[in-house]
Amino acid sequence: MSAASMASTQPAAPGPAVPARALDGLRRVLLAAAAAACLALTGCASLAPVEGQEGGRTAQVDPFESFNRAMHGFNDGLDRAVLKPVATGYQNVVPAPARQMVGSFFGNLADVWTAVNQLLQGKPVDAFYDLFRVAINTTFGFGGIIDVASDLGIEKHSEDFGQTLAVWGVPSGPYLVLPFFGPSTVRDAPGRAVDVVGDPLNQLDSHGQRNNLWALRVVDDRARLFRAERLMRGAALDEYSFIRDAWLQRRRSLIHDGNPPVDYDDEVPDYGEEPDYDDEE
Amino acid sequence: MSWQKIRLMLAACAVGVFALATQPALAQAESPQALIERIGNEALERIKADPAVRAGDTEKLSALVDELVMPHVNFERMTALAAGRWWRQATPEQRKQLMEEFRAMLLRTYAGALNAVDDQTIRMKPLRAAADATDVIVRSEIVQRGSEPIQLDYRMQKIGDSWKIYDVNVLGMWLIETYRTQFAQEASRSGVDGLIRSLAEMNRQGGTGTGS
Repeated sequence: MSAASMASTQPAAPGPAVPARALDGLRRVLLAAAAAACLALTGCASLAPVEGQEGGRTAQVDPFESFNRAMHGFNDGLDRAVLKPVATGYQNVVPAPARQMVGSFFGNLADVWTAVNQLLQGKPVDAFYDLFRVAINTTFGFGGIIDVASDLGIEKHSEDFGQTLAVWGVPSGPYLVLPFFGPSTVRDAPGRAVDVVGDPLNQLDSHGQRNNLWALRVVDDRARLFRAERLMRGAALDEYSFIRDAWLQRRRSLIHDGNPPVDYDDEVPDYGEEPDYDDEE
Repeated sequence: MSWQKIRLMLAACAVGVFALATQPALAQAESPQALIERIGNEALERIKADPAVRAGDTEKLSALVDELVMPHVNFERMTALAAGRWWRQATPEQRKQLMEEFRAMLLRTYAGALNAVDDQTIRMKPLRAAADATDVIVRSEIVQRGSEPIQLDYRMQKIGDSWKIYDVNVLGMWLIETYRTQFAQEASRSGVDGLIRSLAEMNRQGGTGTGS
């Protein structure tokens, strides 16, 4: 059940025809940049973000704020110039059912890596179910383009190596915005590098085919984010801090599989001194 | 008393007792869990049945929210907690305006997500709280085919006999926590009036205007 055999049963990937060597080079550069950035900062991984009062919390969670804002600006520029137009075109040209199949196909590949991480995190039952998803979707779902398993009620999970590191006890370290990859932390950045290495697409022998699929996945993922992006732009007074705070909360929730340890489960949350408001109806 | 009258009285009593026995136990307050399940399902059914709301008709959505949801939300507390110490410094008029703009922003923002509603259902998760707790977290999920369920949690407080929502969590992100930083940053820069102005401006424009 290698990715190569899965890919060979697919119709020709309808991605942009990108020069194989250019994309390969780009991926290597990005991987190296991510690795270098986090190696240099690995010593900071011991800095656990402290949930304190308003002002202090930001400084402790985001000591690299100026660097992060600059990187956020860079990513935003890159997004507007290249990725968004391509993703918009993709969304306009490719009909929804076809895009659904693309999403399911890559979701199926993602389930393989998710299962590996479930095992590494010591969750064999979840790993079993995720592998079961892959088996069902690959055989009955025509190589993964149809998500049969979800229809059967087998839920999809989302795990990556950064989450595995968290479960192993590595503290998250400060917020860090990576070039191209976007929001991350000092711990999750090397996790992302491992994700790239563990990507089932790497099993493909043909560089051209692999790069086309990689590009297609990036474009499809970006198209899926349009709704979330509209929501964010409508809601945020400051987009950088909105994305940061939302992403950090989301990350914490993912790591704990939806049940983050609330330090005040049955008590009133500590919002600092409670502002006075009229309690009476 | 005549036999006739006694029979009438007995009949009246019987009717009275029968009526009391079949009346729902009004004295028992609805549990927070049951409340969320009820309004959640009701709201979802109404949204599914109304294509105008799903298409983004904010007026209709606003009316729907006012009718179904707001009676169960302690929105003043929600706004107060999001504004933090700036709430304490605000005048009653400013507080009123802040609540209005915050509500408008939330409606405008999340109305856009509604056109994705088609065949979702709500699944409640077990409530973990002491029987006499007055502040609980109710957990639920929006189940949709083809993707992971969307986590949807509520923080609720008991006021008198009823429960009110004062914070919402979607996909792991608590509303108040997310907006606290936003409000604090803006208010530190230009005070409560500046914050109200920025929110009003965004509401007028329908967003920051920097997106496509």
